[in-house]
Amino acid sequence: MVEAFFIYFALMVVFCSVMVVSRKNPVHSVLWMLVMFFHVAGLYLMLNAEFLAATQIIVYAGAILVLFLFVIMLLNLKEEIATEHSVGGWPGGLALAVSFLLFALLAFTGFTVKASGKWSIQEVSRLTHTKALGKVLYTEYLFPFEVASVILLVAIVGAVVLAKKKLKS
Amino acid sequence: MVPLNWYMWLGAVVFSVGMFGFLTRRNVIIMFLSIELMLNGVNISLVALSHYMQDLRGQVLTLFIIAVAAAEAAIGLAIVIAMFRNRQTVHVDEIKEMKG
Repeated sequence: MVEAFFIYFALMVVFCSVMVVSRKNPVHSVLWMLVMFFHVAGLYLMLNAEFLAATQIIVYAGAILVLFLFVIMLLNLKEEIATEHSVGGWPGGLALAVSFLLFALLAFTGFTVKASGKWSIQEVSRLTHTKALGKVLYTEYLFPFEVASVILLVAIVGAVVLAKKKLKS
Repeated sequence: MVPLNWYMWLGAVVFSVGMFGFLTRRNVIIMFLSIELMLNGVNISLVALSHYMQDLRGQVLTLFIIAVAAAEAAIGLAIVIAMFRNRQTVHVDEIKEMKG
């Protein structure tokens, strides 16, 4: 039963990813990306990561994709749909991607790990996932967390500086 | 129980599709979407590994990746807007001012 759910989510994720890179109209790509993010969130739920599933939907689907849609609507799409959608050297890119895929598929055959950490499923569900993640994030990873907030600040300032029009002096 | 390497395979497939899109599409916005695809492929692997190792560090890393992806999307799309304002195009093969 769990395998059937995994196969459904995996097939949908792969199908939507292929649709994202193959559609001519960027708006269609973004909408396929939205479906793909929801299915990735479903996979996170299967892996007992409820907080990450919620974050995936709120941050990726809710914020990043809306930003993409806004920018697409600011640009001119008519010319894009009429022209060739890939660069001249696309067979090289395809060969590189396929060879990486074959390498990774072979490398992960029979790949297993030992359950060695202290956060077993029972322990996480006793604390609830959000609390468990918060415990690790705010103790062991406090400094990287602060650095992440600085990165977001840089992104805010940088986006404003890059996107605003030059002032006439 | 789904074996761990199914998740790793799925992550690898999503990463490869993103890599293909990044290398072949002309539109900068689709290239950014492909980067998000690659990050998602890595995220799937990280969350699966963290679940199977019973360790939350992979999931913390995934949170950081989501934060950095948001920052990257904001900066990247601002660059796209600036580029479109100056050149009236979002096609990467038409941007070649820095090519000697």
